Amino acid sequence: MRTDKKSIRTVEPFIWELSVPGRVGASLPEADVPEYPLPGEIPLRTELPLPEVSELDVVRHFTRLSRLNFSIDTHMYPLGSCTMKYNPKVNDAVSSLPGFSEAHPLLSEELCQGSLELLYRLQTALAELSGFQAVSLQPAAGAQGELAGVLMIRAYHLDRGDRKRTRILIPDSAHGTNPASVSMAGFTAEQIPSDKRGNVDLAVLRERCDDTVAGLMITNPNTLGLFEEQIEEVTAIVHQAGGLVYGDGANFNALLGYLKPAHVGIDVMHFNLHKTFSTPHGGGGPGAGPVGAGPALAPYLPGPIVRTVEPDVRYTLFYPEKSIGRLKSFYGNFGVLVRAFTYILQMGGEGLRAVAEHAVLNANYLKHLIEKRYRIPYNRPCMHEFVATGDVAPGVHTMDIAKRLLDYGFHPPTVYFPLIVKEALMIEPTETESRQTLEAFAEALLKIAEEAVSSPELLHEAPHGTPVGRLDEVRAAREPILNRTQTGIT
Amino acid sequence: MIPYIPHTPEDRQVMLSALGLTNVEELFHSIPQKHRKPEIRLPSPLSEAEVVRELKRIASRNTSAEETAFFLGAGAYRHFVPAALEAIVSRGEFLSSYTPYQPEASQGTLQAMFEYQSLLADLLGMDTVNASHYDGAAALAEGVLLAYRAKGGERKTAVLSSALHPEYISTVRTYTEPHGLRIRGPGEGAWKAEELAALVDDSVFCVAVPFPTFLGDLVVYRTLCTATHEKGALFVVSVDPISLALFEPPGAYGADIVTGEGQSLGSRLSFGGPGLGIFATRGDLLRKMPGRLSGITCDRKDRNGFVLTLNTREQHIRREKATSNICSNQGHVALRAAVYLSLLGKTGLRTVAELTYRKARYASERLGSIPGYRVMNSGPFFREFVVRCPIPAEEVVHRLATQKIIPGLPLSRYYPDRTQDLLVCVTELNTREEIDRLADALSCVGAEV
Repeated sequence: MRTDKKSIRTVEPFIWELSVPGRVGASLPEADVPEYPLPGEIPLRTELPLPEVSELDVVRHFTRLSRLNFSIDTHMYPLGSCTMKYNPKVNDAVSSLPGFSEAHPLLSEELCQGSLELLYRLQTALAELSGFQAVSLQPAAGAQGELAGVLMIRAYHLDRGDRKRTRILIPDSAHGTNPASVSMAGFTAEQIPSDKRGNVDLAVLRERCDDTVAGLMITNPNTLGLFEEQIEEVTAIVHQAGGLVYGDGANFNALLGYLKPAHVGIDVMHFNLHKTFSTPHGGGGPGAGPVGAGPALAPYLPGPIVRTVEPDVRYTLFYPEKSIGRLKSFYGNFGVLVRAFTYILQMGGEGLRAVAEHAVLNANYLKHLIEKRYRIPYNRPCMHEFVATGDVAPGVHTMDIAKRLLDYGFHPPTVYFPLIVKEALMIEPTETESRQTLEAFAEALLKIAEEAVSSPELLHEAPHGTPVGRLDEVRAAREPILNRTQTGIT
Repeated sequence: MIPYIPHTPEDRQVMLSALGLTNVEELFHSIPQKHRKPEIRLPSPLSEAEVVRELKRIASRNTSAEETAFFLGAGAYRHFVPAALEAIVSRGEFLSSYTPYQPEASQGTLQAMFEYQSLLADLLGMDTVNASHYDGAAALAEGVLLAYRAKGGERKTAVLSSALHPEYISTVRTYTEPHGLRIRGPGEGAWKAEELAALVDDSVFCVAVPFPTFLGDLVVYRTLCTATHEKGALFVVSVDPISLALFEPPGAYGADIVTGEGQSLGSRLSFGGPGLGIFATRGDLLRKMPGRLSGITCDRKDRNGFVLTLNTREQHIRREKATSNICSNQGHVALRAAVYLSLLGKTGLRTVAELTYRKARYASERLGSIPGYRVMNSGPFFREFVVRCPIPAEEVVHRLATQKIIPGLPLSRYYPDRTQDLLVCVTELNTREEIDRLADALSCVGAEV
């Protein structure tokens, strides 16, 4: 079998397979200072096993690799909960202006007022959209924003001498990052079931809330794409028990201009700028996960953040009064923040409201187009996404549908999530897809549902048109090959 | 009309009537009415040209490194970035793709990840490198947490070198505090190998050190690493990857976990982010490590391909029992590093490191010979060194700014009592002429005292 070392062969060779001794891929200046010997007391490197390739080798190699990918720029990419909307090119252009890309984070404040102005105005815009009192742009990603929020909740209770609150409640439809963040913050995660309409089960919530509950983490709209209809009761129950409510802002795209989460009792929430505010996902990151907080938690926000010294003129960095501290060096993923700010300026308040309207309209329209053939387990008007199931014929699974979609030129939706729906297909078209694209996607799904009955083997063996077929994940984990040395190819 | 929303009025009409609706707002009725559609006080939409003009105005309020003689580092470094790198990484197929959960549609990203893992493993001398963490500070914090878990959770003290970047130490404190862990080292001002060794007892689960230190010093850790292992603790090194083109990598002397900031590998300063959290371990810590990994497998026709693997460590599978909550990482910055290391290659990376070392040495000799100035590093250093000035370093920075020289970082930013110390950073991009200009300017400032 091909995972035996020395017999591995990939569609595109590895960069080190192109290596020829003596070749170089970059031109560097000659030394214009005297030669100094390397220090004798520090052990030197004996061998540096990096490739020796020309610039063209590198350009061709990575360009060929890029062409093995699906991406928003090339395909519709309707991953539920991931908000794969178009990433405007002007955002990238602006973030590479030398004033931003060549600005050092430790310049004295009078030399980086531009960066501070941008951070301040982005903080303010996010606060305005969400209704929070203050926003910190520190967290590098949504999960780090979650960790920040849960640490803030922890600091709040400890500050009041309230040491018995060790539990954080999380609905069973939540993203995996929620319980993982709770553990990282030293709390115990506890699952709350959903009711028949896909909302948090209020009776169970009431029963579980007592003086050992530190808080609740809730995603709204939830991962079924449904707005929590009793959100105000939910937050009131937690508050009555002395707990605080964390909002997972992964789905904030649906609420832009329609709801400020602070108004329904959310105490702290993160934003995913790489979802709602159109910054590119980059094949996994970088994202940005700013956190906003209301009066109870604003003093605990991670720092530093920016305030004005002289409105509209001069800005300065500071730590909130009871800050939980730093989560990383410097001030967040600035290049991502520039892109999100550019997007907000271009869209304006009314443009952002139009984003939510069209994202929700697209999701409902797409649901309508496929619901005659795909089961929708919680079928009521959805927000920006909905969950269908892939069991359209006996013996056919969601994974088969997903892989077959690749042959039709569509990236599959999120699969097997949320965990509370068996065979889940979680579909989020986003507002940037046109009616024609949605109809073509629906047509592909309906065609696949027919194939599931008439020729199921087409689905079981899909994909057929990709550079490699369905890959064996179990084998990859059994004896991991994770680097060059382990491939045996040098 | 917004260019990112393609719907015409007719499209909306068709879609709404298919849904039996007259107005899109009807789709928002599950939101409590009294909170629905609040006023949003944001400016009106702008055209692309207007937005660019406004952002250019904001950017112009910053001093860009390009327009100055630039000697500021301290955790964010200005090295050469080839044009070919920018061309490659700006391809939409890389930039606008998601985490490669559907491997058949993501082989490009997955192979690039695999190549990043390999190139870094080779550079660090380690077994396994993950597909990135947020930045050097967060990677170190998670490295310390990994060491804590790996030692079974009984030992509660981490020894940290006081010469780590101060922001890294703060970050480690944020991450370890909820687990009741103690930090020893920064309070004691311990950073030399023998000083740190003296702090290790059987309550210690790891010793974490920088290479080079925040102040540029090169420290030999082999003995400390052995002593740490003898006490049953793990050895963690936070590295600058460029320096490892010249000096022995931590894997060679037995480090268990290596973390670091990879921004210097082909990324811009970008006001401190995005950075690249490098995270590497020895083989036996593999199943406890956080972060994504790309691995090789095959399809039904026995063709090789790449998948995300060992996912049972991760939050989307293991939830509260995951090795970390990390989901989005710095994938695109890792791609930059992989392309950078490919372009620079064996000789290029070594040249960058040698030029950096030599120019920093030259600068230290020039600056150290100016009357009133003294170089404070007692041993060898890489890229950075400390100069004690005759007047407060902040004042020096302020005066030189008018001559378009950014001479370094006043250390009072992190160490309030070190008012006269300036941390000077020199890379291969600094010319001899710039270094001489810096020396002349400092000399003038010194002469006025």
